[in-house]
Amino acid sequence: MIFLTALRKELLEQWRSYRLLIVGAVLIVFGIASPLLARLTPELIRLVPNGDALAALVPAPTAADAVAQYAKNMNQFGVVLALLVTMGAVAQEKDKGTAAMMLVKPMPRSVFLMAKFAALSLTFAGSIALAAVGSYVYTRVLFGALDASAWLALNLLFLVFVLVFVALTLLCSTLMRSAVAAGGLAFGGLVVLSILSALPAISQVLPGQLIVWGSGLALGADIAAWPALGVSLALIAISLVGAWLVFERQEL
Amino acid sequence: MPAIRIEGLQKVFGAVRALDGLTLTVEPGTVFGFLGPNGAGKTTTIRLLTGLARPTGGRAWVAGVEIGGDRRRLTGRIGHLPEEPVFYPWMTPREFLDHVARVFGLSAPERQTRVQELLELADLADVARRRIGGFSRGMRQRLGLAQALVNRPEVIFLDEPASALDPAGRKDVLDLIGRLRGQSTVFMSTHILADVERVCDTVGIIARGKLIVEAPQKELVEQYAVPAFEVECNDGDAPQLQVWADALRARPWVTSVSADASTARVVVSDVQTAKRELMTSAAQAGLLLTRYEMVRPSLEDVFLRLVGEGGRS
Repeated sequence: MIFLTALRKELLEQWRSYRLLIVGAVLIVFGIASPLLARLTPELIRLVPNGDALAALVPAPTAADAVAQYAKNMNQFGVVLALLVTMGAVAQEKDKGTAAMMLVKPMPRSVFLMAKFAALSLTFAGSIALAAVGSYVYTRVLFGALDASAWLALNLLFLVFVLVFVALTLLCSTLMRSAVAAGGLAFGGLVVLSILSALPAISQVLPGQLIVWGSGLALGADIAAWPALGVSLALIAISLVGAWLVFERQEL
Repeated sequence: MPAIRIEGLQKVFGAVRALDGLTLTVEPGTVFGFLGPNGAGKTTTIRLLTGLARPTGGRAWVAGVEIGGDRRRLTGRIGHLPEEPVFYPWMTPREFLDHVARVFGLSAPERQTRVQELLELADLADVARRRIGGFSRGMRQRLGLAQALVNRPEVIFLDEPASALDPAGRKDVLDLIGRLRGQSTVFMSTHILADVERVCDTVGIIARGKLIVEAPQKELVEQYAVPAFEVECNDGDAPQLQVWADALRARPWVTSVSADASTARVVVSDVQTAKRELMTSAAQAGLLLTRYEMVRPSLEDVFLRLVGEGGRS
């Protein structure tokens, strides 16, 4: 019951502060734009000087290009949005004093944190779902049908990928007292993951591999990256438990 | 059982000893004024007692619950108004009070009734649908008090509850605090002595993290007040007033005399003798008195004296 109360407040805040709208709008726009961009790439190339010659070298766009474009867009914007909307979640409440105001009431700190993660998860899940539907419809219209279950799998894996960054940023937001510092720390974590992903042996188990796996599934390839899924889920769990342990010991 | 029992509470921030073995007891149903200069440790004490911070040493119990133990049990029994209450600016006061009521587990009908009661109590019913982000400091303070009362707390902590308010707002808040007497125990920190004189039954004075004194307000004033008389005469009597003041200093029952052109303040060691002899001696000195009174000692006199002594110790 107390969790639902906290979740209700978080969702209301996402709505009133336009975070829900911004996340939804950005992901939907870039989700829908992905197949369009793939389809229009040859025309765009023809617009530049000597473009016709260049366009002749580019193979005709296919559904694979649409999926690749979708995966790239959602990867980039998903991570950026995860950092931006999560970095102030706890830090800002501590800094302004609203956390202290609410936590001298029978609101467990674990519930306070988990409600934030759940609300952000729902926001991203809803936005990704709408972006996925929009992108699927446009891809179908422009390139032909994709396997719907594989498309669903791609977007579920993409959701897990984004939630890794939401959870990591929530941990940073709990550790720090200002949103900017939390964002900086989370960005540092992102840089570390990017560096590690340059190492082939390690990149196979990092969250980024989920996007590769999902894209492959959407295009009919028989690949899997279960270790990456395991590592991603573990990173989410470790970040949330870490945030809770830290928050329980913090003075407000 | 006391509403609040504190035994040797300590809080250290690096090299700063914010609380240095604080010990005090607050009886149930009373309004306790926690007085002290800025930086004395008042807010730190409240943060420890509400579970927002952990003590470095010592123990304390609030409404029978030991701090640092079952946080949920403690927070269910208390209300807290911080010095500068902050809210979610995108909420309306009705939504905020409703949210707090949900946190305390009130049912839907209870919530509706309680929220309306508190909006009216805080004089916010007319702005119940306005966003809190646009509220004045006084309105936020009244909303802060309302949210602290949602659960009808056994013990309510108020950190400087009236310091940001205009005279009318201050009167309203102090009247409201006075009405809580007998229903809840009020632990009110402040540095405004007039507020304490107006509503508090018992006073604790803290300086440099230590409790200097704790006593019922009237006893405190009687115990520590300096017995003094003030005599005022016509401006033209200034020479006689100075002669009379010099003569008084020689009397064994007079501690000190200070005089300006028309007024003398006589601090005495024996009030009864002073009452008998002061008027007579003034008449004999040929003074035409326009005022003669035994000065009512104020809490401010006591506070300044005690804090001065505490600061020197």
